[in-house]
Amino acid sequence: MLKSMYEWLDKRIDITPMWRDVADHEVPEHVNPAHHFSAFIYCFGGLTFFIVVIQILSGMFLTMYYVPDIENAWKSVHYLQNEIAFGQIVRGMHHWGASVSIVMLFLHTLRVFFTGSYKHPREFNWVIGMLLFFVMLGLGFTGYLLPWDNKAYFATKVGIEIAASVPIIGDAAASFLQGGEVVGAQTLARFFALHVFFLPGILLALLGAHFFLIRKQGISGPL
Amino acid sequence: MSEKKEQKPSISRRRFLTYSIASTAGFLASGVLYPMVRFAIDPLLQKGSDTKFVDVGPADEFGPQPKSVEFHIQRKDGWYKKPGGEKATAWVMKTGSDILALSPICKHLGCTVKWEGGGHKDHYYCPCHGGLYTKDGTNVPGTPPNAPLDMYETKVENGRLMLGAVKPRGGA
Ligand code: HEM
Ligand code: FES
Repeated sequence: MLKSMYEWLDKRIDITPMWRDVADHEVPEHVNPAHHFSAFIYCFGGLTFFIVVIQILSGMFLTMYYVPDIENAWKSVHYLQNEIAFGQIVRGMHHWGASVSIVMLFLHTLRVFFTGSYKHPREFNWVIGMLLFFVMLGLGFTGYLLPWDNKAYFATKVGIEIAASVPIIGDAAASFLQGGEVVGAQTLARFFALHVFFLPGILLALLGAHFFLIRKQGISGPL
Repeated sequence: MSEKKEQKPSISRRRFLTYSIASTAGFLASGVLYPMVRFAIDPLLQKGSDTKFVDVGPADEFGPQPKSVEFHIQRKDGWYKKPGGEKATAWVMKTGSDILALSPICKHLGCTVKWEGGGHKDHYYCPCHGGLYTKDGTNVPGTPPNAPLDMYETKVENGRLMLGAVKPRGGA
């Protein structure tokens, strides 16, 4: 049944070469933990992506209840966490996933560093990786404000002051982030927009470039 | 006998078309992007609203010990105006007839300082990273803040203390 459906599709749009091209490769021995257990360090990139997928999914579901308005943001988070079935779980996935994704990203970066994989011809993917790192920090920073509790409010005040201390562009960056004269209604609205639309969009585009280059250049050789 | 030489065009047809298409595309892209970018950076280009003086109580309530007063500023944050106004705090002390009203916003990274907070006698203390200021708001060297606490503009009218805009006092 499934097979005949696949064949029906394949006859018309020739999907076999597409997935073969993406997925059909041998895993080299030096990155396969089944051969050398220490090769598990090569999993951190994939694990980072896995957590990012969890962040995107749990975040999308959170927006079904969350409202980015200073009168209601805290109440909506309180409500979704305590009154909705599995609210604590879904918020927990997003809350803890935010930290785990940064940890995984860091471990992946360490692996790339210590295996020397950033060297020619893969310099460009190191640069994309650094941009990914800053986008993820941005997601963590903008997401942290959204529950609109005391900790969120003061962390954001401090974060905006840090942005303001950057030479030359600091003040502009700070008022761009703050939106209004105080950390308030306009700040929350723009942090929400950055958190759920702009930064995930940039993140996905960078991930696309990252994976395209890996596919093109292959995994780096053994030490 | 003027044999007209075939004049070589200074720009080829292909190149002309490439330039035309590129500038059309550039024009369309900037027409799409300009409104959105200008929309996003509007807060950078707006000038702040001016501050009115607010009555915070009788001036003779204050003495040489810093005392905090809470008052409310009517300020619009975009579309949002807090019912009853935005809460603000000043630490006020009076030496002779001089009134000093300090803003409680830490000059390190913007947390809220408190007079003798955390058991720090005779100092303003910031709980975020341990910033300290002396009684007149001067930052204590060796703690994170690098400027004295901001001062409110003050005036006394009919025995009532009025606070105005917050003025920074420079660094180091
Ligand atoms: C790598 C990607 C992401 C990271 C690192 C991240 C990080 C965070 C963090 C740290 C918080 C504060 C959570 C808390 O204090 O409990 C948060 C909240 C939130 N995020 Fe994300 N996020 C990511 C992606 C997304 C995406 C793609 C969406 C939606 C499409 C989203 C929607 C939300 C919402 C609605 C909240 C507020 C609800 C709450 O605070 O529990 N996030 N995010
Ligand atoms: S914010 Fe006050 S010491 Fe850092």
